[in-house]
Amino acid sequence: MNWMTEFLAKMMPMDASAHGPTLDRLNAYVHVLMLILFVFWGGYFLYVLWRFRAKNNPTSSYEGMRSHWSTSVEAGVAVIEVVLLIGFSIPAWKLWTSQPGKETNPLVIHMVAEQFAWNIHYPGPDGKFGRRDVSLVNATNPLGLDPSDPDGKDDVAALNELHVELNRPVIVHITSKDVIHSFFLPVMRVKQDAIPGMDVPIHFTPVKGNNGQQWDVACAQLCGLGHYRMRGMLFVDTKAEFDDWMASMAPVPEEPVPTPDANPVPEATPQNPPATTTG
Amino acid sequence: MSQRQSWVRRYVFSVDHKWIGVQYGVTALLFLLFGFSLMILMRLQLGWPGKAFGVMKVLGEARAPGGILLPEAYNQLGAMHGTIMVFLAIVPLAVGAFGNYLVPLQIGAPDMAFPKLNMASYWCFLPGGLIMLASFAAPGGAANSGWTSYPPLSIIATEGQTFWLVGMIFLITSSLLGSVNFIVTILQLRAPGMTFGRLPFFVHAQLVTSFLLLLAFPPLEAAGVMQLMDRVAGTSFFLPSGLVISGQVLGNAGGGNPLLWQHLFWFLAHPEVYVLILPAMGIVAEVIANNTRRPLWGYRSMVGASVFLGFMSFVVWAHHMFMTGMGTVISAFFQTTTMIISIPSVIILTALFISLWGSSIRFTTPMLFALAFLPMFGIGGLTGLPLGLAAADIHLHDTYYVIGHFHYVVAPGTIFAMFAGIYYWFPKVTGRKLNDTLGKIHFWGSLLCINGIFFPMFYQGLAGVSRRLWDGGMQYAHAKGAAAATNPFMSMSAVGLLIFQLPFIYNFFASIKWGKLVGSNPWDATTLEWAAATSPPLAHGNFEVAPVVYRGPYEYGVRGPSGDFLSQNVEDDAAPLAPPPSDAMAVTA
Repeated sequence: MNWMTEFLAKMMPMDASAHGPTLDRLNAYVHVLMLILFVFWGGYFLYVLWRFRAKNNPTSSYEGMRSHWSTSVEAGVAVIEVVLLIGFSIPAWKLWTSQPGKETNPLVIHMVAEQFAWNIHYPGPDGKFGRRDVSLVNATNPLGLDPSDPDGKDDVAALNELHVELNRPVIVHITSKDVIHSFFLPVMRVKQDAIPGMDVPIHFTPVKGNNGQQWDVACAQLCGLGHYRMRGMLFVDTKAEFDDWMASMAPVPEEPVPTPDANPVPEATPQNPPATTTG
Repeated sequence: MSQRQSWVRRYVFSVDHKWIGVQYGVTALLFLLFGFSLMILMRLQLGWPGKAFGVMKVLGEARAPGGILLPEAYNQLGAMHGTIMVFLAIVPLAVGAFGNYLVPLQIGAPDMAFPKLNMASYWCFLPGGLIMLASFAAPGGAANSGWTSYPPLSIIATEGQTFWLVGMIFLITSSLLGSVNFIVTILQLRAPGMTFGRLPFFVHAQLVTSFLLLLAFPPLEAAGVMQLMDRVAGTSFFLPSGLVISGQVLGNAGGGNPLLWQHLFWFLAHPEVYVLILPAMGIVAEVIANNTRRPLWGYRSMVGASVFLGFMSFVVWAHHMFMTGMGTVISAFFQTTTMIISIPSVIILTALFISLWGSSIRFTTPMLFALAFLPMFGIGGLTGLPLGLAAADIHLHDTYYVIGHFHYVVAPGTIFAMFAGIYYWFPKVTGRKLNDTLGKIHFWGSLLCINGIFFPMFYQGLAGVSRRLWDGGMQYAHAKGAAAATNPFMSMSAVGLLIFQLPFIYNFFASIKWGKLVGSNPWDATTLEWAAATSPPLAHGNFEVAPVVYRGPYEYGVRGPSGDFLSQNVEDDAAPLAPPPSDAMAVTA
């Protein structure tokens, strides 16, 4: 059934993650089942319309089809669905929701979505995330990092630029500051809703680099008027490239709050009224 | 049985199920046209993003300055297209119009069990619809958070959302009043001899639909009131702690959960899918039995499957929420129920396909729409499979694949079935037939164009084009190729679809006046509505003589007193006309 995988791959974005082929294979198997059923019933349908048109068959039969072969077709569909479910989809979901262990040295990132940008929080060299507090959020500190927390001194905050390392597992803790967004990496076959008040970790392992291509961080859930342009970029770096980028982003000492100057001030629009909605 | 009613009692606050059915039907068709027009505007924008269109100026300078649609206005169109099509067009047409008009006639009842409740149902529906329309004039325009209205977006949205919630509360109340009425009517008012085994499949479908409405809508009504309180009374049912909107901490947020809304919403909205599809299947079954001139094959298994479908529809809702952070056990449960619910749909569709075997097909206009329903609903059903398997859904969730999937179910699926029903029962209501040539132009044009809109959506979805994007995905590197390649063609198909509705609209009005006059049973049909007089009088009491039922609903292909059929209320026995054909797929001699 590789032909279906290849056929769908022509339409789908490149598959650059370790778990991606498992999902794409399942998708291909389901589409093979769909195609078989459609061609079979479609063929039957056209044949019957032609054979039993009133001109050709002026008197109908009260009894009609005596055979019950269609029950076998229905049972066959049910059996294939069970196989796809138990053999493929449930194990794939288990794989998707099982976090990689410490021994794989995963890169852990916090992703905080907002209207209409992706805030990315790296723990820095110490591997510890500094405290975040919503009361500290402002235009220059979109994550609300607490400057008094020693764990946060070396933290890196990036905006709309998600850098990860080739072949190193990534765990992304996904949440949102305001409304529900959905973190979608088409090339990695990753999608997870970013829900305020929840922190959902997802993981993937990039096995291919950008190789000059632009890879998107897309928003898949309607999040307001800027939903269509809530675009981040995904960079899969080699270890050296990643370390260089991290060093370039490192906060200058004595200025504990990283200030990415590209941060847009969220637009004041009818969609975003002032925070008081009481009354 | 008083015939001396004032004009207002007769045509405005009517308690007659037939007139209420007509009121629902006309109102719903107008909303269908309105929702369709919103779609045309959206498709113009998607096909040629940011281009100025003169027609867009109807939205006003605030929404489309110079004819260029703004993103916030696009979101209004999207939310209102979905809401209007589902709650104000298809459900009122399928249940309010067809159900109201036909169920009492088909079971041989003089009217609905509670005629005043029936009137109240329509008069809750209409204000609900008018409130929805009025919301376009609200500050900031109509609701713009999707027809799903997910908080917190919907709670911080403009005033249109408040209109939406109040409108929904009216519409839900209307559906609840209607559903109780249908259930009691079908259980209590069947004519003598009308056992459950002799009910037309359409009535079974309406009965299951009514239970779905009765049991699934109350959670959404509660949720709607909760969201309304979050918006206007400072509660925070759906707002978690620590929300920062546009850089400012949201004062009243805290302790709530946005996912609670999604659970309550989909607990209604998944059964709602079957509310949209079951009456459609009922109509298709009636039209197919009549135009194949033989009984439905597997009637009993179809009825069993629709009841099972009803039960299962209450335990699949969270497959709309696979991407909210679900563990393996919960996702396994909802994937399993989703696969199970596909089986009864397969059984019903299979029975309809097999019903064609040994038939003598009359390709009338209603039959063409009913036949097209089968493969079109088939595509809609099949493309649900990859979405129902959570692992395959990861890539496809919230993309155009989903839009293609459910539109195949409700547009060339349910709406085609509604057209089949309109062409089929128009002579009962008006005494005149719709023009056949115009009907065929309407059918073939619509079939072609509607596939031109929806089929490319599967390609877009596989390419990862997300739904609800103002520019159709042109911002994204992964999406713009697929979007640019298909969107103009899809939008032209949409305009084509609009053009092919014109013959129908003309036909509908012209035939009321000039259509071919027909007798009370122009299709040689068996069920009881055809035993009533043509265009039955608008007063309680549908039949000149209370009917007694002697047999099942689909006695076609027999030697009857007036042709190859036996009406349910005719006391007679007859032998089959023809022996069964060979089951082998061979050409008959």
